[in-house]
Amino acid sequence: MDTIQADHLKKSFGPITAVDDVSLSVREGEIFGFLGPNGAGKTTTIRLLTGVLTPDAGAVRINGIDIHRHPLEAKMQMGVIPENSTVYGDLTADQNLHLVGKLYGMSRSERERRNREILAQLGLEERRGDPVRTFSKGMRQRVSIACAILHRPCVLFLDEPTAGLDVQSRRLVIDTIHRMNEEGSTVFLTTHNIEEANTLCETVCIINQGRIIATGSPERLKKTFDTTQSVEVSFDRKVAKDLFTTGAISKIEPLGDKWRLYTAHPDLVVKFIGSLAEREQLTITSIATSGPSLEEAFVRLTGGA
Amino acid sequence: MEMPLFLRGVLVIAEKNIRIYYNKAPVMIFGLLFPLFMFLAFFIGRNLELAAFFPGFLAMTLFFTASSVGPLITPWEKRDRTYERLLSYPVTLEGIILGDIAAGAVFGLIITTLVWVVSGIVLHLSVVDPAAFVMAFLLGTLSFAALGSLLASPASDTPSNVMMLSSLIRFPLIFISGIFVPLTQMQGWGLLLASVSPLTYLVDLFHAGLTGESIFAPFLDCIVLAGVILGFILLARFIQMRNLMKGL
Repeated sequence: MDTIQADHLKKSFGPITAVDDVSLSVREGEIFGFLGPNGAGKTTTIRLLTGVLTPDAGAVRINGIDIHRHPLEAKMQMGVIPENSTVYGDLTADQNLHLVGKLYGMSRSERERRNREILAQLGLEERRGDPVRTFSKGMRQRVSIACAILHRPCVLFLDEPTAGLDVQSRRLVIDTIHRMNEEGSTVFLTTHNIEEANTLCETVCIINQGRIIATGSPERLKKTFDTTQSVEVSFDRKVAKDLFTTGAISKIEPLGDKWRLYTAHPDLVVKFIGSLAEREQLTITSIATSGPSLEEAFVRLTGGA
Repeated sequence: MEMPLFLRGVLVIAEKNIRIYYNKAPVMIFGLLFPLFMFLAFFIGRNLELAAFFPGFLAMTLFFTASSVGPLITPWEKRDRTYERLLSYPVTLEGIILGDIAAGAVFGLIITTLVWVVSGIVLHLSVVDPAAFVMAFLLGTLSFAALGSLLASPASDTPSNVMMLSSLIRFPLIFISGIFVPLTQMQGWGLLLASVSPLTYLVDLFHAGLTGESIFAPFLDCIVLAGVILGFILLARFIQMRNLMKGL
């Protein structure tokens, strides 16, 4: 049985169809990435999956429970971090967690034990008694995550969980996603960060204009749309584009202080760079080959370029 | 399994509202200061028999206090981005509405009980019909807490707009409901107008409880107030469902 099963979801707002015949299934224990450009229907889909909105047509099952027929039972299975949402600023971190724990029916002793454990995990133990309105954005997001995972949900929904966070907070969020997944939670996440989806997710689904246009593993999606590889190289001094004269290179583009050389034969390009460096008396400061990118596949699928 | 979860949600939401919203400035201003100033403005310097107007004053206090919390909660939560989060927890929209109403009702009950106890001691008031008096408290506080939630229903994420709408609706009601002009002295259009205000039935029920004199049968007052509670809740649910996305 799939943990999340959505069948033919449809949702319109007036004349605008935000979600159009969306079906998807997420296996137990999977990290599932939901990608799409702005306005593609990601947030509306996640609101339908989490029972915040009711679809015009279609059904959602969480662990086999129909969320629109049995919303409370289905919501007991999940933890949700909606986009831009936060926790109660007037309450302390501890009070926010107690409130959520009560909603999930946790006993007082269970709540106290779990609050301590989770606040320590997220580096908030020393601030547990402070009102959340005094916290930084990263700390608030950590409280928000704590509220979502407090009851050890079977399914974790995250809508743009790392948007606007500093590096440390972002890393903490990603570590938490990994930890929850290792403990058995299925993770459904939307993100703008293609690299994040590439490294975190086992399956990626791309939505555009309310419709799902591709689903598969990141590797499969990359290979479907682009077989070109690239070599990134930098030298100890600036070099002109004209020096890369081999026919094995199909396209050249600058990338900061590096050059990215697109090719179907990276071995030939690497050999060429070696001979070029010797001829021009250049020192290679870095060189790396990379395969087709998920970003490229995403851009092609969504018609962005 | 859904009903215990539903009831738990209502109680936790009510508790959350009590913790967060009771000490917000608009609740203090519209819930406590306004009825006090209205009372002072009407009674100070006038030779009126306070005991005769007390049922109306008690109804006005209950009306203002019970209806002061509800209008604040939904717009405040939409503005602070906690509303969508709340909807994703194991609660339903109906549970949220009832939790909001419960918080308003408890506020109304506590403040009005305090006013009654203090005034009762000072003015040597007695209760003539305890059943009518208790029902006035219970049905009154629920009616106007439900009105508070209804007033918040068209809201987006601007609490001040809702407070303005709420004042626009609440103020006329206190002038047509037999608080400042006793219902027994109203005739013709005045009485007809009073009969469409739910506050009139609360004033009348308090009169029945405290003085034994009412223009409608207490049973009828109770029926009307119970109908008002149900009507306000259903209307609030309908409007909030339509406006769910507003301000998210």
